[in-house]
Amino acid sequence: MNGAKLLLECLTEEGVEVIFGYPGGSVLDIFDEFQNYPIRFILTRHEQGAAHAADGYARASGKTGVCMATSGPGGTNLVTGIATAYMDSIPMVALTGQVPTNMIGNDAFQEADIVGITRPITKHNYLVTDVDELPRIVKEAFFLASSGRPGPVLIDLPKDVLQAQSRETYPKKVEIPGYNPVYIGHPKQIKLLAQAILKARKPILYVGGGTVASGGSAELRKLVAKTKIPVTTTLLGLGTFPETDPLSLGMLGMHGTMYANYAIMDSDLLIAVGARFDDRITGKISEFAPHAKVAHIDIDPTSLKKNVRVDIPVVGDVRLVLKELNKIVKPGKIGPWLKQIKKWKKDYPLVYQDDDDVIRPQYVIEQIRKVTGGKAIIATEVGQNQMWAAQYCCMTEPRTFLSSGGLGTMGYGFPAAIGAQVACPDRVVFDIAGDGSIQMNIQELTTAVNNKLPVKIAILNNNYLGMVRQWQEMFYEKNYAGTVLDDNPDFIKLAEAYGALGILIEKKKDVIPALKKALKYKGPVMMDFRIAREENVWPMVPSGVSIKQMISGMT
Amino acid sequence: MKHTISVLVENKFGVLARVAGLFSGRGFNITSLSVGESSDPDISHMTIVVDDQGSPRIMEQVEKQLNKLVNVIKVQDFSRGESVNRELILVKVKTTTTTRLEILEIARIFRARVVDISRNSVVMEITGADDKIKAILDLLSRFGIKELVRAGKIAIARS
Repeated sequence: MNGAKLLLECLTEEGVEVIFGYPGGSVLDIFDEFQNYPIRFILTRHEQGAAHAADGYARASGKTGVCMATSGPGGTNLVTGIATAYMDSIPMVALTGQVPTNMIGNDAFQEADIVGITRPITKHNYLVTDVDELPRIVKEAFFLASSGRPGPVLIDLPKDVLQAQSRETYPKKVEIPGYNPVYIGHPKQIKLLAQAILKARKPILYVGGGTVASGGSAELRKLVAKTKIPVTTTLLGLGTFPETDPLSLGMLGMHGTMYANYAIMDSDLLIAVGARFDDRITGKISEFAPHAKVAHIDIDPTSLKKNVRVDIPVVGDVRLVLKELNKIVKPGKIGPWLKQIKKWKKDYPLVYQDDDDVIRPQYVIEQIRKVTGGKAIIATEVGQNQMWAAQYCCMTEPRTFLSSGGLGTMGYGFPAAIGAQVACPDRVVFDIAGDGSIQMNIQELTTAVNNKLPVKIAILNNNYLGMVRQWQEMFYEKNYAGTVLDDNPDFIKLAEAYGALGILIEKKKDVIPALKKALKYKGPVMMDFRIAREENVWPMVPSGVSIKQMISGMT
Repeated sequence: MKHTISVLVENKFGVLARVAGLFSGRGFNITSLSVGESSDPDISHMTIVVDDQGSPRIMEQVEKQLNKLVNVIKVQDFSRGESVNRELILVKVKTTTTTRLEILEIARIFRARVVDISRNSVVMEITGADDKIKAILDLLSRFGIKELVRAGKIAIARS
């Protein structure tokens, strides 16, 4: 069979259910065969949408997302989506067409060195030069994408390779000599950690996306049940521990809760679980958790000691390490610490002004949570909408909060919500958006409508690029250069033009009815909430400052 | 501080670019680089000399990142532990009738091989560790070095 058939054969054997993509000259041989294979193809309206949809599918389902594009601009349009997945360690396989091998390097039509371009933003990538190597490469790609610290892998497929004949079949096993991720944590290190927990008086768990990736949420909950150690999570860790639990401190860092950051600064044992001490978490690194002994569980040795000193490193899979830890761990004497934390939570709660008729974005998010019973999958765009969502969504399950954390990609949320809706057809999927972000991939409304994917978009519309405006207000003397979006399109008409339902909400009393109407409607809905224009995200730690110097914003 | 890093990699296209990218992406200049097949033709050996620019922490990170590359099999930093280091250089030195004998004498003492002589220059091949190469280049520089080509340092662990 030819390379195109062989590829689809391999993908079928790998269990791929769906591919998000866009056709073009170099991948026509693959499209010509699609109808013969049990793989659903979802046509997005931009390759970036395809990459984010594959990412959202992966985050919501835990399976490897697959996207496909043609050579040249097709591949380069995937780049932002690949980089987004790379920064957040999301398993993805990106397939790109390439010009025939004899034309590579000749500036052929629609040629781009996509392997070179994506080298620093993929876990690994391949240019297939021999059709007989295709099955092995596909096998390796899926293995690499989903094992160890997950990440995107790209396979570049020259047109002549897709047309060449081969008798190869999909291999059962995969062997990569230089790739041996460590899953089992060293027993000695785990014992050290258990001892530290027993001795600690002010311990705190700082939980990140690695916990989601490893499926470690249940073991984490067991650990907390046993030890009563309070939990704060990163943006990507939201949902790993239920925020409804009294021991949850919500998110930490730049826009984290006051009590999470106070707890970090006062703690004597900081246990990082699948988190990487990003600068949005630590603030000024030299003043981060000054009194704490630091333990760090991570499958990627490069994450350890990258940004902070670590006293107890544990290299291994979060779920497996926590499982071993749970066998031996005993609670320390932390009664006074829990009392202190309770007091912080009472003294410095997350609050917003809610005593007038203006629509506050936080209010909208709280109502979304209420009308969906907290059961919705929430995707976010990037900016204020994302931070308000992180603060007020009150997530309780892993793989339900999808957000571009590392790269901070505006335009991520909507296509990611589409991917999540494909993965979880029976769940309500919301995209919490800003009026800026939503316009970055708004063309995917067609994808949602045509594929009957009833994603609910909630635009928190303040006619600003709100987060950037907030920085301009605070640090650039209110010089709102480039951030005023007074010339936004009519989102309602736009939704209708695409065949979706548009709802304009200008009054607070209309928020709940609008959300209910949206939930009732069978198709995609775009809600345009006209929110308080200059509402800021509080609290906030200014960039590069110690998290001790948090600005509460409310007096 | 200079680090001599020995890297065993799969002998495939694109691997050099991946390795080099880890250094260039962090603004590190590679001082010297040599690559060749090892005793196993499927595996290549790279010796990389790089200056950590006073940041050993970043160097440690680069080494970990090297280990993380899928095509990399083994990484050793010879700044720690004992190793044997050699470099081969070809140098073309300006000569006159009055300086030629002295230059040849320097070559003899340093066990450099003279591989070509012309009317106003001599080409010699020198193999040695850093200090020897530095010493002979110092001595020769006074006569005028017309061209210098270095093969890049190679290193092997002692045991």
